[in-house]
Amino acid sequence: MHLDAKVPSGPLAEKWERHQFEMKLINPANKRKYSVIVVGSGLAGASAAATLGELGYPVQCFCFQDSPRRAHSIAAQGGINAAKNYQNDGDSVHRLFYDTVKGGDYRAREANVYRLAQLSVNIIDHMTALGVPFAREYGGHLANRSFGGAQVSRTFYARGQTGQQLLLGAYSQLERQIGLGTVQMHPRTEMLDLVIVNGHARGIVTRDLVSGAIQTWAADAVVLATGGYGNVFFLSTNAQGCNVTASWRAHKRGALFANPCYTQIHPTCIPVAGEHQSKLTLMSESLRNDGRVWVPKDKADVAKSPRDLPEEKRDYYLERQYPSFGNLVPRDVASRAAKRVCDEGRGVGPGGLGVYLDFADAIQRLGQAAVADRYGNLFQMYERITAENPYQVPMRIYPAVHYTMGGLWVDYNLMSNVPGLHVIGEANFSDHGANRLGASALMQGLCDGYFVLPYTIGHYFATARQPKVTGTEPEFTAARAEVAARTQRLLDIGGKRSPTSFHKQIGKLVWDHCGMARNRAGLQSALDQIPGVREEFWRNLNVTGDGESYNVALERAGRVADFLEFSELMVKDALDREESCGGHFREEHQTPDGEARRNDEDFTHVAAWEYTGDVSAPRMHKEPLVFDVVHPSQRSYQ
Amino acid sequence: MNLTLKVWRQKNAHATGALQSIAAPDVSPDMSFLEMLDVVNERLIGQGEEPIAFDHDCREGICGACSLVIDGVPHGPERGTTTCQLHMRHYQDGAVVTVEPFRAAAFPVLRDLVVDRGAFDRIQAAGGFVSVRTGGAPDANALPIAKSAADLAMDAASCIGCGACVAACKNAAAMLFVGAKVSQFAHLPQGQPERDRRVLQMVAQMDREGFGACTNLYECEAVCPKEIAVRVIAELNRDYRGALLRNED
Ligand SMILES: Cc1cc2nc3c(=O)[nH]c(=O)nc-3n(C[C@H](O)[C@H](O)[C@H](O)COP(=O)(O)OP(=O)(O)OC[C@H]3O[C@@H](n4cnc5c(N)ncnc54)[C@H](O)[C@@H]3O)c2cc1C
Ligand code: FES
Repeated sequence: MHLDAKVPSGPLAEKWERHQFEMKLINPANKRKYSVIVVGSGLAGASAAATLGELGYPVQCFCFQDSPRRAHSIAAQGGINAAKNYQNDGDSVHRLFYDTVKGGDYRAREANVYRLAQLSVNIIDHMTALGVPFAREYGGHLANRSFGGAQVSRTFYARGQTGQQLLLGAYSQLERQIGLGTVQMHPRTEMLDLVIVNGHARGIVTRDLVSGAIQTWAADAVVLATGGYGNVFFLSTNAQGCNVTASWRAHKRGALFANPCYTQIHPTCIPVAGEHQSKLTLMSESLRNDGRVWVPKDKADVAKSPRDLPEEKRDYYLERQYPSFGNLVPRDVASRAAKRVCDEGRGVGPGGLGVYLDFADAIQRLGQAAVADRYGNLFQMYERITAENPYQVPMRIYPAVHYTMGGLWVDYNLMSNVPGLHVIGEANFSDHGANRLGASALMQGLCDGYFVLPYTIGHYFATARQPKVTGTEPEFTAARAEVAARTQRLLDIGGKRSPTSFHKQIGKLVWDHCGMARNRAGLQSALDQIPGVREEFWRNLNVTGDGESYNVALERAGRVADFLEFSELMVKDALDREESCGGHFREEHQTPDGEARRNDEDFTHVAAWEYTGDVSAPRMHKEPLVFDVVHPSQRSYQ
Repeated sequence: MNLTLKVWRQKNAHATGALQSIAAPDVSPDMSFLEMLDVVNERLIGQGEEPIAFDHDCREGICGACSLVIDGVPHGPERGTTTCQLHMRHYQDGAVVTVEPFRAAAFPVLRDLVVDRGAFDRIQAAGGFVSVRTGGAPDANALPIAKSAADLAMDAASCIGCGACVAACKNAAAMLFVGAKVSQFAHLPQGQPERDRRVLQMVAQMDREGFGACTNLYECEAVCPKEIAVRVIAELNRDYRGALLRNED
């Protein structure tokens, strides 16, 4: 299979504009003849559905929550990047582009990233026009902060609730279109399969989570905006419902899955407290702007009260190892550094899995009120969960799974290798390479949904020339029957174990062997164990209740079944990639001081996996990555 | 610690429901309330019984999905807290805890503790937006907004749309929810062109959905997990009256 990324020719800075001109248009009166299915209502899905509706395309939009406003994007805290250079600190489109390619450890496609940086400025304008209450300075202009791994202040924010405010902005635009009748919204409806007719994506199969009704939907194109797969690890900062199901079912219908091993571990999360734990809570990375990370120098001191340890007994290890970036090194670097000091026995708190994030200096420098103004809600959240007051004792933090850079393969038009199937937001693999910089996911989701897909999908319609489908074609009937049979099969197993128990089991397995650090033996052992877990799942699962009602156990079981298949691909990809890059750290490939060592000669490519009919025998295709402008170098944050 | 739960169980929207007594043994003080329910649900599944259905997603107080009335109070005893952020350290061994859904005529129960809050989305669709098309916005700094105005807008905008305000009100009024959206836009220049239209249409939809009138008892403010102040209701009333006068014909 030849993977054509369809990157337009011409100089990097002119590609998008030229491409926009070259793409075919659909005339306004004809737009209503092309219908679109948008699965997902997060930043990517809501912005796409609203914009497509505005343009005149009839849109069907789906989400599994009770309202589109509750998509997981709502939980983003820290901010959104844009190359506005409002602070006059030397930012530019080129710098944002460069930082993103470098931050991604030279594993992203240059042309996509450049376009993202260009369009970033439009996002801020548009969201402001929608009434998003971004933070402001006294002069009335927008405020910025510096964020995760950047040396310029280009991050826009709305207190610690940036994702909420952006999503509510996109949601308000979506609701307006729903009110106008251009978009039909289907909440509490889960996509369980993709329907392909004549080689093109033409519809989906859904299950109504309340009534259990299984239904098919036909359209002229399908857009997946279904978010990331971080919950394969069971414990992550993601919302409970986040899943790989939509992507995975599309994969099994032919869509290639790219770089599944690129997962991001966020350095600042509240550590695990016990077996009952259902999720990990992120403490926004913005805290690292003022908080200082440290552990005791001597492991004999880990149990001592942190306030009793004098300065000379503390190791501010990020400031020591990375003097120029200090506490602001990118996430992958900060996470591994935390793991290293904990592995040395210098970790603090239960199980020695924690490091301090200390605000004492900031409180002294700025005063408690100023610190409260910046981080008050985060401090409150921390205290609620841990019953400790971070104004008085340092926070304890530990890395946790947070974001997935891997996802369905897409070309420059955000279309997968299956014609008509477009993938946007966290669900695709496109812009972050092997590591995402802070505040870039919100930017990418909105860029895809507002400013890229609405153009490229028109070009697809204008050139695909597919006959109309009605939803009664045999492909629809067959896909519907398969979904019904699979649902029934889950209900009929009648075993002993709950869906959650399998989820925890697979989560621990992949965290232990395919988490922050990976090695051949561990990955191999995971590969040996996963099929066994899957086999037991299909033999010993216990799903109570029936398929004709609101059944939370059934819902979960379907998602866990897909995680059980997907995890094997993720581990295989990690085993195959014999290098360390970004969030993918192979212990065999590190520098003497423990930094990631890439292998550009053999691995400057996207690994895009094809489903062959056998989950355990995927076929890999390579999209070579070409760097015309940025020259890959060893990332250094020292 | 060991607790006894009295949980509302209801098979579907048409069935009649009832409180069921369910044991919750070995609860750790570090668990969140929902994690305690997870553990109870695992036990129920182990016994071949159906787990308790409840809405939840982010589990960090921002998505607004979780929606339990705990011992008669929406989101439970802690102020400014969603159900998912409530921790079991606030409970004593042996406690009996009643857990019910958010109740209102406009929020029909779908199953157990899950209700349908689609009415809120329909109110938003009626007018909770600024009409701008993608693509034509001016530079964001072209329109300076005083920090104090932006802050007031943000205070109102932090509403998570959970519906606790409705569940707490004996008239099941949605004034705090609607007021929050109206207030957000009223404090911003972007919101001005549609200010009258917005408030008239949102209030009309609110009435159509069957929400009641404000009781002026402020139970909504007391349970709001984001501590949205009732000043937004005053602002809503003021804008609504003004808009009615200006738009008489
Ligand atoms: C705690 C936290 C904080 C973060 N903070 C930041 C930050 O400060 N800055 C930043 O840039 N990024 C941040 N991120 C990352 C960012 O929030 C996400 O990457 C981004 O919001 C994803 O948006 P999305 O639209 O792609 O997907 P989501 O918002 O996850 O939306 C997915 C949508 O798909 C729907 N869906 C999924 N599966 C199905 C299915 N099978 N059927 C039907 N519907 C389905 C869901 O209902 C939902 O509507 C953060 C992430 C987390 C977890
Ligand atoms: S689960 Fe999201 S607010 Fe409680």
